[in-house]
Amino acid sequence: MYKYDQYDDAMVRARVEDFRDQTRRRLEGKMTDDQFKPLRLKNGLYLQLHAYMLRIAIPYGTLNSTQLRKLAHIARTYDRGYGHFTTRQNIQFHWIKLEDAPDILGELADVEMHCIQTSGESIRNISADHYAGAAADEIMDPRPWAETLRQMTTFMPEFSYLPRKFKICVIAAEEDRAAMRWHDFGLRIVKNEAGEIGFEVYPGGGMGRTPFIAYKSSDFVPQHQIFSYLQAVLRVWNRHARRDNIHKQRMKILVHELGEEEFTRQVEEEFRHILTLGTDFPQAEYDRIAAYFTPPPFETGLPEEIDRSDPDFAVWIDQQIAPHKAPGYAIVNVSLKPIGGIGGDITAEQMEVVADLAERYSFDELRVAHTQNLVLPHVRKADLYAVWQQLRDAGLADANLDLVTDIIACPGLDYCSLANARSLPVAARIAERFADPAVQHDLGELKIKISGCINACGHHHAGHIGILGVDRKGTENYQLLLGGSGAEDVSQAKITGPGFDEAGVVDAVERAVNHYRTIREPGERFIDTYRRVGMEGFKEAIYG
Amino acid sequence: MADVLRFRDDAAADEPAVSLDAFLDQTNAVSVRIEAGDDVRRLAPVLDRLRLVEIDFPKFRDGRGFSSASILREMGYTGEIKATGDVLVDLIFFMRRCGFDSFAPNVPLDPADAEAALNRYPYVYQHAADAEVPIWQLRHPELANG
Ligand code: HEM
Ligand code: SF4
Repeated sequence: MYKYDQYDDAMVRARVEDFRDQTRRRLEGKMTDDQFKPLRLKNGLYLQLHAYMLRIAIPYGTLNSTQLRKLAHIARTYDRGYGHFTTRQNIQFHWIKLEDAPDILGELADVEMHCIQTSGESIRNISADHYAGAAADEIMDPRPWAETLRQMTTFMPEFSYLPRKFKICVIAAEEDRAAMRWHDFGLRIVKNEAGEIGFEVYPGGGMGRTPFIAYKSSDFVPQHQIFSYLQAVLRVWNRHARRDNIHKQRMKILVHELGEEEFTRQVEEEFRHILTLGTDFPQAEYDRIAAYFTPPPFETGLPEEIDRSDPDFAVWIDQQIAPHKAPGYAIVNVSLKPIGGIGGDITAEQMEVVADLAERYSFDELRVAHTQNLVLPHVRKADLYAVWQQLRDAGLADANLDLVTDIIACPGLDYCSLANARSLPVAARIAERFADPAVQHDLGELKIKISGCINACGHHHAGHIGILGVDRKGTENYQLLLGGSGAEDVSQAKITGPGFDEAGVVDAVERAVNHYRTIREPGERFIDTYRRVGMEGFKEAIYG
Repeated sequence: MADVLRFRDDAAADEPAVSLDAFLDQTNAVSVRIEAGDDVRRLAPVLDRLRLVEIDFPKFRDGRGFSSASILREMGYTGEIKATGDVLVDLIFFMRRCGFDSFAPNVPLDPADAEAALNRYPYVYQHAADAEVPIWQLRHPELANG
């Protein structure tokens, strides 16, 4: 895992002092919230319905136990004893006092963490495959590139006021576990025929009110030119995006208006120019960073067998474990989706349990998934039973990865000042409806995603089943969508028809799911059946 | 012009700046005003007679001027680049990095605030239009020629 040197540390500390000064000026009344807003938003501090919300970056979703213990401490000391993991691999605290924010940033700096560029019109925290460094199917660990790009995109002068936010995602496998093509700038690391490493580039994706799936602008950008290519993309967008309507300023809109071909042409022209400036970082710096990501010292000769005699454990194993590249090891997914609970929420005590497990059983590493779950990336198969027992005792052993109750939901009207409707209770009601493990298992992979408004923080466009909260004559109302995906079979969900109230949308989901169960062919997931029969095939069942 | 914060030793051009179209038409003009949507690359053929470029920020949320200044410096322009309009003191550090060397915002900058803002960050992570050495280069003194 990357470690800060004196330079990284000095930059983060400078930001803390900067923010301390700005906060003091605000608290002393020398600034209005209007003036303070762009400053605090550069630092992940939002004013919400009840309190300030602080978003902390978890670069490429990687944490160590010291960092997670610090987050537990922050939850206990400055919040209400819990935190909320987000769909961009960050963590949010929803009950923060403004006067505490600078101290929290200081505490974060002590464990090499920060809130830089976690909100506002900036290049946001870079996300990556949460199985990076462990996945059996990856070409290489994508995190050295994510870290290099994190540094290069921190306080980039030319892009100090981008038209809108800009989200980057890096993966290195065929399977897309990070919703790469729903980002403004998606990268897939590939090898060409000569065995050289480079990037497939996918610009122009994004959710929000006008969703677009990123298109491929290049099959192969050589690895040491990727920063130049990124600058070219940013520059074309920064210069030519609209500035008159905040809802039309994301890069996806410019790509759409210019057309993919013209956008690519402009990027390539700028790219050729920027290459001549020599701003890419050298191999030596890449090597320095990559050295921090050398695989941990995996033991060899470990047993592959897992003792499945405890039936509850066997159920959990079948759902929560993914193949690891090293023999004798497994990737463990820790569900943060208890039935009826709030997805992504985790208490300080649970954080400490997971931190202990990471330290003892997973080379001190853990990951945050965009599905708002946690991952212990490197667990010996022989230790799985012990890990499961401790997770179970902490209420963290739900076996529902990618199943109907593994729901992504944004904070919605319970916390968010932009919301039209509540998301969390809808997620809870749906999970309760399908709580029976046998039913969940029978339904198989089914991704439900819920947003409380059109901003789409809950990824409803990418849900096999999506739910969108809308405001209808002052009452909460929900639209149902079908057919989205954030994976390598990426697609955008479509609205089924008229909306529902809260109880109605839960019933409608159930009708859609039952219909799937009736008409599915062997081996078909919900999304496969939907793609085969289309919306018409489901409408009748939903609206009767 | 007490309200200008200037980081140059040469005498300031005293001619009022004209629009980009006017500048390209008038062969004796030396000062040009760039609006947020203007393409500074159109100045490439006439750089040698240019002494002052004013780049306007109609609102601080409009960051196009950062690219305009960067591109001018990449083209080899060494004269003055002045930021006008809605300029946030908290961004002047980054403006300096893009090649701005004077500031004449609508609301004059408080000199103490400006001083603090300019000295906020001890290092930089990437190359820009200034002479700052990026962190990656400090980490690799063996690559000093680069
Ligand atoms: C509670 C405070 C929050 C506020 C005020 C907020 C605000 C917003 C806004 C305004 C957008 C639309 C941006 C655009 O379309 O340009 C957005 C998008 C988004 N937010 Fe949030 N959000 C919040 C919480 C969250 C949480 C908790 C998550 C993760 C679970 C999240 C993840 C996202 C994602 C993934 C998008 C879509 C990005 C895209 O358009 O590509 N947000 N948010
Ligand atoms: S989708 Fe809407 S309601 Fe949900 S968190 Fe985002 S802005 Fe708030």
